[in-house]
Amino acid sequence: MSNQSEAPVASLATDHAADGDVLLKVENLVKYFPVASTSLFSRRRDFVHAVEGVSLEVRRGQTLGLVGETGCGKSTLARCIMRLYDITSGKITFDGHDITKLSRGRMRPLRRDMQMIFQDPYGSLNPRRRVGSIIGDPFAIQGIADGADRKKKVQEVMELVGLNPEHYNRFPAEFSGGQRQRIGVARALAVRPKLIICDEPVSALDVSIQAQIINLLADLQQEFGLTYIFIAHDLSVVRHVSDRVAVMYLGQISESAPTRELWHHPRHPYTDALLSAVPVPNPEAADQRERIILVGDVPSPVAPPSGCRFHPRCPKAAPTCVDTEPELIARLGDGPEHLTKCHFPVEDGEDISLAKPTIGAENRVVETGILAGGDVVLPEALTAEADTKEEA
Amino acid sequence: MSQSLASVEPPPTEPPAGGGEGAPVRKIEGRSPWRLGLERLVRDRAAMISLGVIVIIVLVAILAPVIAAITGHGPNQTFQSIGLTAIGQPKGPNATFLLGTDDQGRDIMVRIAYGARISLIVGVLATALTVAVGAIVGLIAGYFGGVTDSILARFMDWLLAIPFLLFAISLVTIIGAGLTVVIIVIGFFGWASVGRIVRGQVLSIKEREFVEAARALGSGPWRIMFIDILPNVIAPIIVYSTLLIPLSIVTEASLSFLGVGIPAPTADWGQMISASQSVYQYGAWWYLVFPSAALLITTLAFNIFGDGVRDAFDPRGDQLFV
Amino acid sequence: MALLEVNDLRVSFRTPDGIVQAVRGLSFDVDTGKTLGIVGESGSGKSVSTQTIMGLVRGARVSGTALFEGQDLLTMGSRDLQRVRGAEVGMIFQDPLSSLHPYYKVGWQIGEMIRQHDKSVSKSEARKRAVDLLRLVGIPQPDRRVDDYPHQFSGGMRQRAMIAMAMALNPKLLIADEPTTALDVTVQAQVLQVMKTLQEEFGTAIIMITHDLGVIADIADEVIVMYAGAVMERAGRRAIFYENHHPYTEGLLQSLPGYGDDRERLLPIPGSPPSLINLPSGCPFHPRCPYVMDRCKTDVPELAPVGGDVTHLSACWLPHDMDARNARRKDVIGHAEPAPAEALAGAEAAGGEA
Repeated sequence: MSNQSEAPVASLATDHAADGDVLLKVENLVKYFPVASTSLFSRRRDFVHAVEGVSLEVRRGQTLGLVGETGCGKSTLARCIMRLYDITSGKITFDGHDITKLSRGRMRPLRRDMQMIFQDPYGSLNPRRRVGSIIGDPFAIQGIADGADRKKKVQEVMELVGLNPEHYNRFPAEFSGGQRQRIGVARALAVRPKLIICDEPVSALDVSIQAQIINLLADLQQEFGLTYIFIAHDLSVVRHVSDRVAVMYLGQISESAPTRELWHHPRHPYTDALLSAVPVPNPEAADQRERIILVGDVPSPVAPPSGCRFHPRCPKAAPTCVDTEPELIARLGDGPEHLTKCHFPVEDGEDISLAKPTIGAENRVVETGILAGGDVVLPEALTAEADTKEEA
Repeated sequence: MSQSLASVEPPPTEPPAGGGEGAPVRKIEGRSPWRLGLERLVRDRAAMISLGVIVIIVLVAILAPVIAAITGHGPNQTFQSIGLTAIGQPKGPNATFLLGTDDQGRDIMVRIAYGARISLIVGVLATALTVAVGAIVGLIAGYFGGVTDSILARFMDWLLAIPFLLFAISLVTIIGAGLTVVIIVIGFFGWASVGRIVRGQVLSIKEREFVEAARALGSGPWRIMFIDILPNVIAPIIVYSTLLIPLSIVTEASLSFLGVGIPAPTADWGQMISASQSVYQYGAWWYLVFPSAALLITTLAFNIFGDGVRDAFDPRGDQLFV
Repeated sequence: MALLEVNDLRVSFRTPDGIVQAVRGLSFDVDTGKTLGIVGESGSGKSVSTQTIMGLVRGARVSGTALFEGQDLLTMGSRDLQRVRGAEVGMIFQDPLSSLHPYYKVGWQIGEMIRQHDKSVSKSEARKRAVDLLRLVGIPQPDRRVDDYPHQFSGGMRQRAMIAMAMALNPKLLIADEPTTALDVTVQAQVLQVMKTLQEEFGTAIIMITHDLGVIADIADEVIVMYAGAVMERAGRRAIFYENHHPYTEGLLQSLPGYGDDRERLLPIPGSPPSLINLPSGCPFHPRCPYVMDRCKTDVPELAPVGGDVTHLSACWLPHDMDARNARRKDVIGHAEPAPAEALAGAEAAGGEA
């Protein structure tokens, strides 16, 4: 991983200058999950290559956005960083401490500084515990406050996130989805961590509530100098909150750059397609833009493709892409902050929907039917019925 | 300073007046899962009636000495002259002995009242023991998994495979009959079924996100088991307990019936039923019928109430048993 | 005559806590070959309304009419309704894993549906049609995949298979209830493309129910915005985005991170959606509306044309003359916040795609 320069990053979420020092550093993190093999006596073990060699840095006070689709490994990466899983290989350095192999006991005091907000406001809170007790957990576990003192602190943080402190004794079921997510935020914030990993914190919420929570997170970041890793699949949200964005595909980072830079100059064809697929609430923009419709689905992480993992679906795939895995480096004259993992990155102004892959059909996904372009071949039965209906 | 954040937008928890959640008119939401279950239970007529019957039985058990005092007959007091007929047979229900006498001239009604004590004590205590041990073992096996789980689960399977009565009889014969022994024997064989159920519940609960959240906070396994997971399995445990109580009562009665339960002369329903066999052929139907009826009514009441509890706290039913 | 005309649909449910008024006076029509988008958040009644129209809801009290080609679906007998379902009106739901039967092969399910409606079709013929349909929607190797079970398909494929099944009998109307919500964004693009192309080829009318305004901008011709069981605004696509009248529509758009230019803070709608049992008096949105007036708290506004245009209706007490409304808006907001159209023009210059 190249050295990050001290150049201030275009900041949307924070207006105090980035501290520059690195709070979290991940080096070549690999996480495989064993999969039960189908045969009873087979010695061969299959693995889900959930995360394959991810390196990244997060600076104090900043927000790193992590986007990707199903199977890209972003949630697994987050849990590896939180040491909820043991990692297969690699190194994680948090606030100067190497936490890769720490035991649970040694990890606990560090957990005070590293917290997580979960996606599901309904599942991430224990339905049989009162809210005050749930938010009080971090205090209890870290041994910080007790009894009346703890209650006071819990009520303080409830107020901070916009909850009524008098609802201390209620159960989660008595709150709406947005409020429950606030409870989750309160729990994460309770002991004033340095880093909060937000795993899809607003995906399960209604649109009008999402904005409330996003604002809340931004306000808290300013007030407490928090650092966020923000995981989402909704690119508009990620764009709004992040200073830097890393795009993941099949367990690897395919591109990472400061937010504005990524949106204006996407280099990786996957990023390009992703950006073009995001629905924008703007009919004119929707009509005008080029549609890059990717073929096929995300392949299974059990048997990832060789070379560049994106080659089966890439409109620009060439034989090199099948053989050689590209490095995550700055390309096409980009600065050291903009890294792309692609042999043939997208130039400014290039329209990849016009590109044609130069690899054989055995190495790529071929779209059929309607999405193949060209003429649509209608099934006989349907045309016959259409005819009879017209006559009727 | 910290107030400023919350006051940027109007407090989102209480939408302004005009109806909706939290309106002073009537609170729709805002009931804990326990309240909801309780309300459902109260609406269940069958359950409430059987609860009433249970309360009556409990009162009878508590007031057994009062009943003895009112009638003037102790539970173990034999009335040779007024309690037996000329040829030494039990007397049927009459003005003095409302439910008749047994083969030794003792007042059946008073003995039934005292027998209720035994049945209830054994029922409740044995169940409590069963549930406590079963829940803890189930929690440990379910949460830790791996080797621990394999060993404990196999042990539970083994226990469930043991023919209960044979072992119960052997144990009592070795240790000697008595109230404590009976409670322990019933508890010892019963906990495995609770354990299996709890283990199953724990296996699915530990995958839920709030458990992951607890681990993310640094919570240790024991804390997670007892503070996070246990409250979620308590509901099925409670339901299962209300069904275990009648089972324990009947088991105790069976053991006493076979002569390996509560020893004579303590008043005990199972024992009474057993003893009634010898005089039944001489026409002393009351000695068989009344204790049997008491046992039946008690068991039925607990069963129906237990059904009601299950329906109230777990209306979908499918979540309860794996 | 429109293909589907719904008039004053009202749906309510009795619950132990009270009567839930899920839909309160919904009216709309759908024309052949057009797409109607119904937008709303949870509790808006958008799903319940179409499910009720198709007779998929039990235990509800329903009133109003839903005329499909002149026949009222709400009073139709169950046999007739069964005939309509599938053959005339197709439905796609959000989660194909729960709407496709997990124990039957996908091809078999499609084939069975065809044969249900046309007894003369043989099993082999039905299977052949299923293969053709799967090929049409782009399932690779359809002759093999037709014998797969739903769990063997990926999410996007499953949804496409659902579309194939819904289109099997060439229905005139396709009701899609949040079809892409659970899908990845690139897969969503594929599925929407399939739907649009099918509409072009077959002239199918589509009702697209979603909470995602981006999808609406992409695919809808006419849009209905629902809140708390009632219609707040109804207009063509452009009007909803660029000339919206109702404060809820405006609030929804403004709370989106993708809308307008990059701002420091989003503008969420304060508060939360109301209980459908204890609805606020007057306009259901008034507790959260930045422009609330006294009248809003007592009188329920009716849908009325905006600026004299009968294709643009809004249920709001704000003046229906757009200039007067914008003037009042400036009063309330206080400073000159860019109106939506200007903000979007700004977005074109600053952001957007490469």
